Amino acid sequence: MGEKKTTKKKKVPQWASFFPDFIIERDPEKCINCRICVKECSYGAHIWNAKKKELSEDHTKCVGCHRCEAMCPTRAIVIRRNPSEFREHAVWTPWFIKNVYKQADQGGVLLTSTGCAVPFRNYFDHLVLDACQVTNPPIDPLREPMELRTYLGPKPDALEVEIKDGRFRLKEPLPRQIKLEVPIMFAAMSYGAISLHVHQGLARAARDLGTLYNTGEGGLHASLYEYGSNTIVQCASGRFGLHVDYLNAGVAIEIKIGQGAKPGIGGHLPGEKVTEEISKTRMIPVGADAISPAPHHDIYSIEDLRGLIFALKEATEYKKLVFVKIAAVHNVAAIASGIVRAGADVVVIDGLKGGTGAAPTMFRDYIGIPIELAVAAVDQRLREEGIRNRASLVASGGIRSSADVIKLIALGADAVYIGTPALIACGCTMCQHCFTGKCPWGIATNNPELIKRLPPEVAYEKIYNLVHGWAHEMKEMLGAMGLNSIESLRANRDKLRAVGLTETEMKILGVKHAGE
Amino acid sequence: MEFLRGLSKDISGCGLSGVIHRKGELIPGEIIIKSICCQEERGNGLGAGFAAYGIYPDLADYYALHVMADHRKALEDVEELLAHRTYITHEEPIPTRRTPGIEDPPLFKRYFVKPKYEGEARELCADTEDEDDYMVSLVMEINTKIDGAYVISSGKNMGAFKGVGFPHQIAEFFRIEEYKAYIWTAHNRFPTNTPGWWGGAHPFTILDWSIVHNGEISSYGTNRRYLEMFGYHCTLLTDTEVVAYLLDLLIRRHRLPVEVACLALAPPFWEEIDRMPEEERELCTAVRAVYGGAMLNGPFAILFAYNGGLVGLNDRVKLRPLVAAEKGDLVYMASEEAAIRAICPDPDRVWAPKAGEPVIVELEPGVIPNQRSYLRGQGKRTEASVCRYPG
Repeated sequence: MGEKKTTKKKKVPQWASFFPDFIIERDPEKCINCRICVKECSYGAHIWNAKKKELSEDHTKCVGCHRCEAMCPTRAIVIRRNPSEFREHAVWTPWFIKNVYKQADQGGVLLTSTGCAVPFRNYFDHLVLDACQVTNPPIDPLREPMELRTYLGPKPDALEVEIKDGRFRLKEPLPRQIKLEVPIMFAAMSYGAISLHVHQGLARAARDLGTLYNTGEGGLHASLYEYGSNTIVQCASGRFGLHVDYLNAGVAIEIKIGQGAKPGIGGHLPGEKVTEEISKTRMIPVGADAISPAPHHDIYSIEDLRGLIFALKEATEYKKLVFVKIAAVHNVAAIASGIVRAGADVVVIDGLKGGTGAAPTMFRDYIGIPIELAVAAVDQRLREEGIRNRASLVASGGIRSSADVIKLIALGADAVYIGTPALIACGCTMCQHCFTGKCPWGIATNNPELIKRLPPEVAYEKIYNLVHGWAHEMKEMLGAMGLNSIESLRANRDKLRAVGLTETEMKILGVKHAGE
Repeated sequence: MEFLRGLSKDISGCGLSGVIHRKGELIPGEIIIKSICCQEERGNGLGAGFAAYGIYPDLADYYALHVMADHRKALEDVEELLAHRTYITHEEPIPTRRTPGIEDPPLFKRYFVKPKYEGEARELCADTEDEDDYMVSLVMEINTKIDGAYVISSGKNMGAFKGVGFPHQIAEFFRIEEYKAYIWTAHNRFPTNTPGWWGGAHPFTILDWSIVHNGEISSYGTNRRYLEMFGYHCTLLTDTEVVAYLLDLLIRRHRLPVEVACLALAPPFWEEIDRMPEEERELCTAVRAVYGGAMLNGPFAILFAYNGGLVGLNDRVKLRPLVAAEKGDLVYMASEEAAIRAICPDPDRVWAPKAGEPVIVELEPGVIPNQRSYLRGQGKRTEASVCRYPG
C-alpha cells in the first residue's frame, strides 16, 4: 500500500462529526446551571461558557453513557438517539454509512468494546426449560437443600476404594480440584482494562461467594495477593506482569490463546491507560502501549501448547490447575479435544458474544461462533472420544441471566465465566466506549479522578448481590425441574426444548423441538 | 431422527415388591404374586413384571437370554446372530398361557448360551470375566440393531417376565406360579405416557442385574449421556434402564462395593459431607465429583437384585415409599407395608429405610452356583440394614 499524499493545510471536513449518534436535551426550566454535568462528562460533551454563564452541548462528543442524565440533580437532562434520519435503505443503514465516514475521516481501524452487536440468532432465546408437573414433585429450595457446588479439575473415570479399619477409604487421592460454591466465575478482565477498584470488588465478591475471579493478562496488583485462593492468574501472549510469585498467587493459571470478542488477535492497552501503578503491575514503562502479540510466540502448534502447560505446572510444582482459554471458532470441538489431550485441566470456550475492553469492530461482530453451539459440540466431541472426564469445561460469552447459565450447563458446561454482567452490575450502561479509557462510570478507566466514582465497596456489593440473586434463581429453576443438585443438570439436554430452530441447529445442540 | 435415539423417557408411578431368602431356599411364585396384587391400585393395567433368581438350576452356567420379538422375522435375525456369536445349548419358547385381557402379545423365547470367541480371543477370554462384557455388547447389539427384538433378560440362572397388563394377568400369562426362586422382585406400573409397549414394563435387566423402579429419574439426560461414554446405549425409551446400566458399570466394571455404588446413586448432601471426619469427607467428595453423572436425581424407590443379593434404595430426600421387613431368613421390601403383611402377617421387624440409605441383603456365602457378592463392609454381610458407612 502506498503512502497517502495529503494536500497542504486546507481544512478537510470531518463527515462523522456532522451526524452525532446522540443528542443531549437540556430542559432550561429545570436546569439550575450547577455544572455537575460538565464535571461528570469525561468526553467533554457539556460545555460551560464562563463569560455568558451558560451551558451548551457538543453532541458529537456524546457516547450515550447517560452519566450526566443520572447525576443531574434536577433531572433536567435526557439523552436521546439523534432523531435526524438518513433516507431509509435496507442495506445502507446509518451504522454502515457512519462507519464509512469515520474511516474516510481517519483512515484507521474501527474500534469498539463489549461483545458482538450483530443480531445473529441468539440460541439462548430459542431454548426453553422444563418443569415438573404431577408425576414428579418440584423441589422448593427455601425448604430443602439445593446444591450448586461444583468441582473443576481432571477426574478419573473410576474410583478405587479400599477398606481400612472397617471403613471405606479412597485408595488414591483425587487429582487436584477447585471447589466452586456457585458455578459462576468472573471472566478475565485485566487491571488496566478495568479499574483497580473493580478488581478489588471482583476479588472480594469471589471470596465471599466461594468462586473465582480472573486477573486477565495485566498481572496482579500487590493489594490483591491476599485473595489468592479465589484467583485465576492469566498467562497471555504478552506475558505482562508474569513472574513466579504471580503464577503461584492463585489456584489456577489460565493460558489465554484467544478471546471470543476478538479471536485471532491479542489484547491491546493504549499507552494513555498505562499509569504508574499499572506500569508496576504489568512490568512495563509508564505510557508504553501494551500490545499482546496475536499468537503466543512459543506456541505455533498443539505440541507447543503441551510444552507451555507443563512448563507452568513445573514452575508451580503441580499445585495449580492449568486452564486453556480459546475463542469459539469453526473447528472448536477438534481444537478442544487437542487441548484436553495436551494436558489442560480445564478448557474455557469463549463465544462470539463475549465482551472486551477494546477490539476492532469487524472482529467483535463477525469472528467466531455462538457459545451455545460451541459448548454443545465440544461436550459431545469429548464424550465421543471418552475424554470428557479428563478436563472440565467452562463456557462464556453472551450470558445475560441465570437462565442463560442454566442452559449452558444443561448443554454440557461445568461452569461459566461472566464479564459484562458483572460490569453492568457496577453501573455500566453499555455505551461501548471502554477503549477510550474515559469511562465516566469509573469502571473501564484508570484516570485517578474517574475511578473514585466507583469505590471498591460499591463494586463488591453490587457484584455480590448479582451472583447471589442468580444463584437463588438457579436453585429455583433446578427445583422446578425436580433436581436438587447441579450435577444432575450437567449435559442434561432433555431439560431443554427448542422453539423455532432448524433441524441442523437442533442436531448440533442435541435438543428436541418443543412439543416433541 | 437417529440422533435423538434414547432421548425420550417414560414417566410412571408404580408399586414394587421383593423378597429374598438368605439361605437360598426357593420361594414359590404364588407368594410374590399375592404381594404385588395387593398393590393393584398402584398400577393402571399398562405394565407389570417379575424377576426370578434360581429358576434355571440345571442350566446355571449359561446365560439365559429372554428374548421378546414383535414378529417371527425378528426372532430369526436374533437366532442368526446368536448362532454366529454364541454356543446355544438349549432354546425353547417361554411357556405362556392364553389370558383374558391380554391381546396380541409379542413372541417370547429363551436361549441358554455361552459366548463364542473367535481365534486367539478364545484362549484369552473364554471362562473369564470378559464373558460378561461380551454379553453386554451382544445384548446392546440385538437391542439397537435388530428391529422388533429386545432382550428382556440376560443373566445366569435368572429371568425376567414382563408385559402390558395388571400383575395378575402377567403372572397368569407367564405362568409365574410354576417357578420357584430364592429372590423375587415384582412391579406394577402406572405409566403416564408410552402405553402399550411390552418392552417398557419392568423389570429392566442387564446380565443378572434386574431393576424394578417407582419414580421418575429427572437426571435421565445426564445419566444417559454419562453411560454412553462407557458404551451403554439406552434403547428401551425409559428412565429405569439407566439404573440397570449404572449398576453394571459401577459395581461390576468399576468394582465398587455395593455400598459405595449406592452412595454414588443417592449421595449425601454437601452440608452433611462437610461435617464428616476428614477421610470420609474425602471419599464422599471424590464419589460425588467423579460419579456426578451417575447420581440419580428425582423421586425414586428401586429394588435391584443380582445372583446373590437384593437391594432397596430411595432417593436422597425420600420422595417415594419403601418399606422393609424381616422374618427369620426372609427379607421383604415393598412400596407398602400391606404388601408385606399380605405374605408375612407377623414380621420380626418392619421399618422404613431412610432417604438415600440402602437396604442391602446378600445370601449367605456359597449357597447357590455362580454366587456374586458385592457387599464389602465387614461384619455386616447378612445384616439387613446397612447404613451408608459400615462400622
